[in-house]
Amino acid sequence: MSDDDVRRTDDDHSDDHADRPRRGLAIPELALVVLIGASGSGKSTFARRHFLPTQVLSSDFFRGLVADDENDQASTPDAFDVLHYAAATRLRAGRLTVVDATNVRREDRASLVALAREHDVLPVAIVLDMPEEVCLERNAARSDRDLPAGVVRRQRSELRRGLRGLGREGFRKVLLLRSPEDVDTAALTYEKQYNDRREDTGPFDVIGDVHGCRAELEELLVRLGYVLTHDDRGRPTGAAHPEGRRAVFVGDLVDRGPDSPGVLRLVMGMVAAGDALCVPGNHENKLVRALRGRNVQLSHGLQETLDQLAHEPEDFRQAVEEFCYGLVSHYVLDGGALVVAHAGLPEKLQGRSSGRVRSFALYGDTTGETDEFGLPVRYPWASDYRGRAMVLYGHTPVPEPEWVNNTMCLDTGCVFGGRLTALRYPERQLVAVDAARTYYEPARPFLVDGALPPGEREPDVLDIDDVLGKRVVETRLAGRVTVRAENAAAAIEVMSRFALAPEQLLHLPPTMSPVATSRQPGLLEHPAEAFAYYREAGVALVVCEEKHMGSRGLALVRRDDLNGSADRPVERRGAVYTRTGRSFFGGDLTAALLTRLAGAVEAAGLFDELASDWVLLDTEVLPWSAKAGELIRAQYAAVGAAARAAVPAAVRQLEQAAARGLDVGELLDRQRQRSTDAGAFTAAYRRYCWPTDGLDGISVAPFQALAAEGTTFADREHAWHLEVADRLAVAAPGLVRGTAHRYVDLADPASESVATDWWTELTALGGEGMVVKPAANLTRGVKGVVQPGLKVRGREYLRIIYGPDYTRPENLDRLRDRNLGRKRGLALREYALGVEALERVARGEPLWRVHECVFAVLALESEPVDPRL
Amino acid sequence: MLLTLSTTHRPATDLGFLLHKNPDRPQAVDVSSGRVHVFYPEASDERCTVALLLEVDPIALVRGARGTSADGFSLGQHVNDRPYAASSLLAVALGKVFASARRGTSKERPDLVGVALPLEIRLPALSCRGGAGMAERFFAPLGWTVEARPVPLDETFPEWGDSRYIELRLTGTQRLADAINHLYVGLPVLDDAKHYWVSSDEIDKLLRAGEGWLGTHPDRDMITRRYLAHRVSFARQAMARLAEVDDLDPDTLDDAVAPTGGADEREQPPVPLVVQRHGAVVAELRASGATRVLDLGCGNGALVQTLLEESALIEIVGVDVSARALEVAARRLHLDRMPERQRARLSLLQGSLTCADGRLRGYDAAVLMEVVEHLDPDRLPALERTVFADAAPGTVIVTTPNVEHNVRYPALLPGGLRHRDHRFEWTRSEFAQWATGVAGRHGYVVRIDGIGTDDPEFGPPTQMAVFTRRVGSVSEVAA
Repeated sequence: MSDDDVRRTDDDHSDDHADRPRRGLAIPELALVVLIGASGSGKSTFARRHFLPTQVLSSDFFRGLVADDENDQASTPDAFDVLHYAAATRLRAGRLTVVDATNVRREDRASLVALAREHDVLPVAIVLDMPEEVCLERNAARSDRDLPAGVVRRQRSELRRGLRGLGREGFRKVLLLRSPEDVDTAALTYEKQYNDRREDTGPFDVIGDVHGCRAELEELLVRLGYVLTHDDRGRPTGAAHPEGRRAVFVGDLVDRGPDSPGVLRLVMGMVAAGDALCVPGNHENKLVRALRGRNVQLSHGLQETLDQLAHEPEDFRQAVEEFCYGLVSHYVLDGGALVVAHAGLPEKLQGRSSGRVRSFALYGDTTGETDEFGLPVRYPWASDYRGRAMVLYGHTPVPEPEWVNNTMCLDTGCVFGGRLTALRYPERQLVAVDAARTYYEPARPFLVDGALPPGEREPDVLDIDDVLGKRVVETRLAGRVTVRAENAAAAIEVMSRFALAPEQLLHLPPTMSPVATSRQPGLLEHPAEAFAYYREAGVALVVCEEKHMGSRGLALVRRDDLNGSADRPVERRGAVYTRTGRSFFGGDLTAALLTRLAGAVEAAGLFDELASDWVLLDTEVLPWSAKAGELIRAQYAAVGAAARAAVPAAVRQLEQAAARGLDVGELLDRQRQRSTDAGAFTAAYRRYCWPTDGLDGISVAPFQALAAEGTTFADREHAWHLEVADRLAVAAPGLVRGTAHRYVDLADPASESVATDWWTELTALGGEGMVVKPAANLTRGVKGVVQPGLKVRGREYLRIIYGPDYTRPENLDRLRDRNLGRKRGLALREYALGVEALERVARGEPLWRVHECVFAVLALESEPVDPRL
Repeated sequence: MLLTLSTTHRPATDLGFLLHKNPDRPQAVDVSSGRVHVFYPEASDERCTVALLLEVDPIALVRGARGTSADGFSLGQHVNDRPYAASSLLAVALGKVFASARRGTSKERPDLVGVALPLEIRLPALSCRGGAGMAERFFAPLGWTVEARPVPLDETFPEWGDSRYIELRLTGTQRLADAINHLYVGLPVLDDAKHYWVSSDEIDKLLRAGEGWLGTHPDRDMITRRYLAHRVSFARQAMARLAEVDDLDPDTLDDAVAPTGGADEREQPPVPLVVQRHGAVVAELRASGATRVLDLGCGNGALVQTLLEESALIEIVGVDVSARALEVAARRLHLDRMPERQRARLSLLQGSLTCADGRLRGYDAAVLMEVVEHLDPDRLPALERTVFADAAPGTVIVTTPNVEHNVRYPALLPGGLRHRDHRFEWTRSEFAQWATGVAGRHGYVVRIDGIGTDDPEFGPPTQMAVFTRRVGSVSEVAA
């Protein structure tokens, strides 16, 4: 643990030294290159020849930027402020950056070295030490600048004074060019960093802390399929995998365990043969110092290792020292998708080089405090981790390896009597062998079985930065989806105050667009437009599903819900929730409903068939009044009440006026029509209201199974989904309803008219209408993903949406002018986000990655779109 | 929507001269919300009735308000009671059609203008928040005899009760101009709806119509407050749309800026409880020596305002999950014209107590005043992590209602909570159990105290826990 204060940098192995300049120079692909030279020494020309114009930040340019004059020396401090800011921004993004300024004074260079360190990149110096007359001649040739000769002379002498100290100032590489010929022949090449093995794509078996447990390591390697090789004394000296897999050791090979030399012999052999990679642990780091005769505390099992090594020949000890010294702090593998470091590594340090990177990789992020066992307290960097790369590490023994934000600690305390664990990459499969016994008593109690002590596991915690401000979410179906800051702001409030815990919100349903507007008299929507849309999109078969007039409800049903009691942690509890993530019902009713739904899923054999302990169902919960009761009373019933009070009174007054012989006939006709419309409006909402008591009167109509463990069902055809719904309805009669449906062959007009008649019949009885979907479900057409469904709503139902007298011709004509573009775009973006959320769940991605999709759906729902669509 | 006005003054047909509208000729005038018709169902010497019928065009009403796009409006703006219920729209129409009568001018009967006439006014459906009693409160002091009957919501569902509409009949002897002005102001006040439909200059006109009588009306404060309470902001519209997605009344979600306090504020002790809470919190902050503090769940900034007066505090950060609450706080604290030095001490941030938030780390103290009870119990562990493990200030002050004390609030039903959004209210032992658990898990020492009069049987109305971080201690979650 933190017993070694020596911090060294990854490139200590470099054989370049500041005092041995040469004309060829290998620059790290990511570096801060500092040009040094007096005015007129040719820095800008040199930079133009060797670097992209965008890589070069020149002081002249920034003086111009802040003061409209490249030669205004008074503006230099401001110019450098901006230059530093630009350089910092580039380095943060991981871009090679060149600073073109005289930089002859030590203090000017110091701030640049500090900047490089701050961003964990290497500072490189290129010195143009030109003869004085060359500089003077070039300056004289410039018309825009009139520099006294004394200035150049002073700059040159300052430069020469600092030349020998550049290495000490922190420059890792120095190129010294002394004449125009040197400049002309200088050759720059780029070199990869030691930690950059992105081209290495595996597959790998990443192995946790071994700590001298040679026997367990041998057993694990064999179980992983490696074939061991032995020396003439029968000691393992290597292991190769017949399928070319390679082991990656996360460090801490040595100390505490029974045979550290044996582990080293095996791992060193594997690394030398190309069968393994290894990063250093803090124990290797300390071992090197001990072997080099430094004064280190022989604690934490180091003494055992040294004793064991004492029995080995000197050349083996020498080899161990070289091996451990040569280990690179961390590796970036597989195109950047995998990072291995002993104590883990946050994204901003991955692929970087500095003392800080090495220190983090070896020791992790310590808070400087110690706990009650005297061990250093570590900051839980993994719960903040939002990087793209999977990070595998060890260092802190855990009872069970668990994914935390796409990171996993593989140290399962073998030496403490736990297990030695490997993760197969890219399969994400764990393989472990038990320790033969406890070799060493841990300082802090280490649990192998049983309950975790509270707080031991780092839960996936959402960070405010996961939701605040403008957001861009990458989706497989629709590319980048953008959420504006103000929509995110509204969603944060609703999510935080009203929604269920994010662990339960795996998905929110997308909005659905209506069909294009019908031109048929008296109608705003008609099935013909839905059929036309899908025919044009190249869909051959669609399914028309009856639209249940209830409220959308997502049901996350878990096998655990069979038992009824809700006394389970939130991630093991089912949920029934609304389109904004609120619980549909109160706690008791939810528990009762889930018990019955879980019973239905179990009875239908779905848990077994889907090989999952949970299933997420997309449903409609009826009646509408069960959830929307308050809204129905406050808005719909109220409109009806006002209309039925006011309009007949107006009719009576007009009849009286007409009886007096006044010419009010036209107005009277209109008011009579309004009176009829008001009655129809009231009748329309009444159909969707009925009283409920507990679960009595409640019914659930599932129409799609969205996801289960490890899988999603967006690609399954609707026939399957509807069959699942029917099976659930059979299993829970009275509670679960199936969904009536008709298939339509879009090439067959007769098939179309059968479905159209069905719709007419449903809606004439006051039904809400139907949804038309591609029978195959998720469908890509010629212009990308097609609408997953289009709703075709009935004439009477639409009174609730468009108002009591929307059917009057003068109203209908104006309402036909409705713009579907935004709604359609929104529907597709939300659909893509919903599918993305479920696919991320299926891949076992971290909570924040799932939640960003779910959150984005909610945020998009607050965008201004005609709400009647 | 319909209004009738009758008189039995003789000859009753003089009403036509006073209104400048011929009883034998129906007329129609265009107004911004639609077309208003004026006709006389009866016109004899004994009795004359004028009817005002406003035909609202609901489609044009929304479109006319802001360009031609239907986007950006909530469903409630598209389908609503405006075409039927008497409200501000009818008031505007009334003002336009009877402009001269309202000014009290008549070419034909100038002598009648100043005379009080026997009048009867009927409104079959008047939108009236507060019901019949509110109509009585408004019109009776002005000399009217008020008959008001509530309109049921839906006779097929008698359990739904009454609507917010009343059938109103006013009788009295009044000058005609006064009667019209009373209606002109009364309709929107009683309606008390958000002014989606009426522009703000119309509101100013309505206020001017109160000259001469509004100043002496016993409810003048309520009347003016109702006018000015309903400006609509962007944040409000976004929340309204989210409510609609879930078939909810917008006010269910958008209640972060509550117009009135909870039940404990309505029962006013000599020093209001909210003031006592501020006092207790400030005293604890002083005792802790904190100079940089967080007000987590700052709402509209009431406590922030108190904290700004504490010169020892060099940095005050108000955090709330509601963007609209922060808008209101910024307005209330006059952020835009606060002196620079003062302004530098204060920041307002949107944040969620269920998300880790790096911006909250490193402060001396955090206050959660009447906040925890607004979270579902499920989310309390997340709050615990955010505040005690992640932000981990030296001192944390939490206040919350003591539910045992609720029996002392006669307005509360048995088992009722003090605020509609409270997800729970704790007894003293429940609070103590939570607080000691949190303290133990995160290396804090906790002291529990009360705020307000300590009832011997049921304890104080508000309970407070003061957590102090143990030196060198470490949160388990962070370990």
